[in-house]
Order: sequence, then structure tokens, then C-alpha cells
Amino acid sequence: MGDATLRPLRLSVKTGESDRLSLPKKLSIIYDRTRWEEKALIKAARRKRVSTNLIDGKSICLSISGKYNSETYGDIILQRCISYFRGLHISAVLERKGLSVVNSFNTSLICGNKLFTSLALENAGVPTPKTYVAFTSEAALEALERIGYPAVVKPVVGSWGRLVSPVRDRATAEAILEHREQMNNALLQIHYIQEMVERPPRDIRTIVVGDEVAVSVYRSAPAGAWRTNVALGATTTPCPTSNQLEDIALRAAKAVGGGVLAVDAMESPNGPVVHEVNSTIEFRGASAATGVNIASKIIDYVIKTSKK
Amino acid sequence: MKCKCPECDGEITIPKDAVEGEIVTCPDCGLEYELTFDKDGRCNLKTAEVVGEDWGE
Repeated sequence: MGDATLRPLRLSVKTGESDRLSLPKKLSIIYDRTRWEEKALIKAARRKRVSTNLIDGKSICLSISGKYNSETYGDIILQRCISYFRGLHISAVLERKGLSVVNSFNTSLICGNKLFTSLALENAGVPTPKTYVAFTSEAALEALERIGYPAVVKPVVGSWGRLVSPVRDRATAEAILEHREQMNNALLQIHYIQEMVERPPRDIRTIVVGDEVAVSVYRSAPAGAWRTNVALGATTTPCPTSNQLEDIALRAAKAVGGGVLAVDAMESPNGPVVHEVNSTIEFRGASAATGVNIASKIIDYVIKTSKK
Repeated sequence: MKCKCPECDGEITIPKDAVEGEIVTCPDCGLEYELTFDKDGRCNLKTAEVVGEDWGE
């Protein structure tokens, strides 16, 4: 049996109440840092009278030959680890042992890797920037020549805009690639190179929950900045979800396996192009900007999923 | 509820609606701690993890 530290919150309901309401007996949220989003999810679950346990991913200890049951882990698990690899590996074990995890291992695997995401989007016919991958500096320079300057170099794994670099000429490319070579990190030797899409200094984040769009928001880069990550100071404002955007976002979500996802798109002259789909989504800014209770929608989806 | 900062002995106020795993910061020295509760509901502080290269969405 897997040994996890389960700390019942002040969320338990009287026995039978969840049955009467046809709700799952128990929801587990696996976290490694309780952010605004986790607190919002806990609050939403409490309002819906869903019995919820928090499981600290940092103290979890899982046997691959163990037996796992809903008594320990609940009827459904919401994976909320901020550490991509930690969450992914926990989900791998729990899902393989027959438990339901949102998002699924496969969706998390694809979304956590920009190349895998691009491949899934391209395969599904979702508009996405022209992208190359190369594994040496020489090959990366060749890819940049083919794609044309300016371009963007990104790590395949990473978030919050870390190490995402605009490359405006060959000299800059050589400098960035040389720095990467000096970093003792195998993942940084995978060069993910993308065309620089002509766009306003913002992108559009569309939050998809299951088969529905919950909300869309603009994320505008701060003055003088280029990246549109909220972690880097971007501001969030409401964005109307056009039929075209909705269609693209839903197809992008489906392409990576579906679930609770944040589809990031740029407004190119030819319409929206999706550059990223996020799996363990942050939605504080989108909730504040729009007033939409995204946490509530997520809990509703999780409940629905647990009944399947 | 209040806790003593293990580093500088400063007083850290724990919000009433605090949840397991939440990060609190010492107002005196600025160190960040992760909040845990023992079975009797008393709060404990452990040094928070630093941001990892795989952290994010």
C-alpha cells in the first residue's frame, strides 16, 4: 500500500451526504505548494460539499507493486504539483494502479514538453508556429537559418518564460547556444526553435475545462518587455472568446488529451496560433480579471470525470 | 495564531484561513516557510523549497 501523508482538512461532510448528492466520496488534491489556486479549489470543493484530502507530494512514498484504492486516494485525484517532474511521476504510479488522475499522465507528459505539444498540435491541424528541433549548436544554427531571423529559442521543459530568448541575428544565436552548452543540463541541449510570430505585445490565454471554454483573457507584457508570462509581470484583462478562438482552443485541448488546460495563443495576421498548452494551470489572474469562478468549474469537471 | 521564526526568532502571524502547504514569510528576516499542522492543530514551519527549474504550469 502506498504511504502518503493524508491530512483531512476541514472539508469532510457527514457520511451519506455526498452519496445523497451523487457526489464522489472523496477528492484528493496532490500539491507541493499551496498557492492561491489550491486554496480556491479547496474552497470550491467545500462549497460543493466534496470531502477533500490534501496530499503533500513532497512527503509521498509510493511502491510500484503496492495496491492503491479509493479509500486512501479518493475517487478522483487532482494533480496540482508545481514541480512538473514530481507531479508527472506521481501520476504515472497512481494512474498505472488504476486510479483516476486529472490531468492524466499522458496529457501532463505532452503539455510539460513544448516539442511534444507542438507535435500534437501540428498532428491535429491546430494552427501553431513553425518549429524546429536540433540537438547541437551547429544544427540549431542551421535550423535558425531555415526559419529565418528573428526567431525564438526555448527550452523544451520549463515554464514562466524561463530562458525563452528572442534571437534577432546569428551573433546573438551563437552567444545563447554557447551559454547553453556550458550549462550542465541535458534538456538544455535540446534546442526548440520557433518562428517569431508577428503579434501585438500580448497573447490570449483560453482556459478549457473538459469540453468547454471557461474563459479567455489577454496577457499583456509589461512596458518594455517582450514575454507575456504573468510570472514576469504581464497584466491580465478580459478577452471575448470568438467562435474561431473557441474552436482552436477546444481542438488544442483535445489534441493534448483533454482535461483542465490553459491554451496560449498569439494573434498572428492570419488568426490565432497556439504556442503552448499548460496542464497544471494557474488561473488567479484570469479569475480576478473576469470574475469567473474557474475553481468551481474545475471541481464540477472533476466530479463529472469521477463518475465516468 | 503565531509562530516563532526558526532562523531569527521573529514572530510570524499565521492567517486564520491558512492551509497546509501554504507559504508564510518572516516579517523580520524575510525567510519563507511552508506551513504544516500537527495532529493537535499546532503549526510547524519548515524551510520552503526554492523554485526549481521544472516549476510552473
